[in-house]
Amino acid sequence: MNCNQSDAIRLDLPLAAEALEKLRAGDACLLTGKIFTLRDAGHIRLLAELDERGSDELPYGLAGQAIFYAGPTPSAAGRPFGAIGPTTASRMDFAAPRLYDAGVRATIGKGVRSAAVRDACVRNNAVYFVTVGGAAAYLAKCVTSERTLAYDDLGTEALRSI
Amino acid sequence: MRTCQNIRVLAHFGMVVSLPDENVTFLTKERVAQVVRDALLELAFELPADIEAELVAACKRETSPRAAEALRLLVENARIAREDRVAICQDTGSVWVCLEVGPDVMVSGNVLDDVDEAVAFAYTNGRLRKSLVRDALFDRANTQDNTPAFAEIHTSQKPGARLHIMCKGGGSDNASRVVMLTPSAGRKGVIETVISCVREKAANACPPLVIGVGIGATFDKVAGLAKQALMRPLDVPAPDELAAQLEEELLAAVNATGTGAAALGGSTTALGVRVQTAPCHIAALPLAINMGCSAMRRGTYEL
Repeated sequence: MNCNQSDAIRLDLPLAAEALEKLRAGDACLLTGKIFTLRDAGHIRLLAELDERGSDELPYGLAGQAIFYAGPTPSAAGRPFGAIGPTTASRMDFAAPRLYDAGVRATIGKGVRSAAVRDACVRNNAVYFVTVGGAAAYLAKCVTSERTLAYDDLGTEALRSI
Repeated sequence: MRTCQNIRVLAHFGMVVSLPDENVTFLTKERVAQVVRDALLELAFELPADIEAELVAACKRETSPRAAEALRLLVENARIAREDRVAICQDTGSVWVCLEVGPDVMVSGNVLDDVDEAVAFAYTNGRLRKSLVRDALFDRANTQDNTPAFAEIHTSQKPGARLHIMCKGGGSDNASRVVMLTPSAGRKGVIETVISCVREKAANACPPLVIGVGIGATFDKVAGLAKQALMRPLDVPAPDELAAQLEEELLAAVNATGTGAAALGGSTTALGVRVQTAPCHIAALPLAINMGCSAMRRGTYEL
């Protein structure tokens, strides 16, 4: 959760295995570093790409990284995005266990996850973070830069590093 | 030939005698488009006053620290969006436009034809997100300008004309539901169904929610009732005493679920519940629940 509570745990990205081991469900965390944005159509593309190559080795430097389920607005007010916030994570449940198994270390979204996703987190020492849905103008102020890595034709649903 | 001509003459005559008197005004498609354009650029950046006031009140009331922090962020978020002219939420929604036409207003069948152009203008120039695909199943390519809008006309006994506009987020709409209850389910069945929908779906819909509840009419119309219910501001009580009581009871039950703001617990799962009822078939008790998120962007604009 993005917050300035005094009990927030500060974590650098990419997340270190040792840091993840100490986390407990319900902890408040502040993340610093690079994250990747990907949502519905991008997940369909990514899985198709893995199928095509017959390998779950993650492309675009996603191994060990955190995926933020988000589709931002265009740049505004001198910021990379006018607004960026979490989308409903459960829509990505179809892909999440496979991506965790392939090496994604964290996902960031809003709402509940399936039992399969929870099991994948346990199996891989990985996590699911929630952040505040609708606080997208606020969160956009935390983004310093963005780069499109793939699926540019999907517009807001492209794979980006931020 | 002669018969045809006679019919034409009669039809022409009929149109002449049904022309409106001087008190009837014409509403142009240009006027509609202009109001839509201006409204969309306001709604994207400025949270409606009634929603913001309830967020502020909930923030003061909330005793769960995590949920209070989420509410504080949402209040701050609304301020940033308004001051910096950036979108309140990255999901700037699909656009619903409902033109309500009273008895003293005349419109042409193409009165909504320029609405899409207004949407494209607002979403492009306002730097808002384009969230529409060409076809739900057969072509999910982004239309690149957030069109089409979902536009409709309603006739009304209320004089004048007005536009009801809503920018509806996808996550909250996904958490909505239509259920065809049986009449024996009654008031209790309505409450139980709303609460089970909240328990299952509220966490995905960006709480604190505004929940529109439609009861009655037919399968297709009941969802429209729930959507229309969302239009009534939180500081305007239901015109019907029984509906007002049901709203209060539902709100208390929804907030007792403990889902809370940002689904982080606490007592602020919803800011308000709005109920709209209608007649229905003797066999039916149609119920629709349309979830509205904490960024409930909607407004009514007199024309």
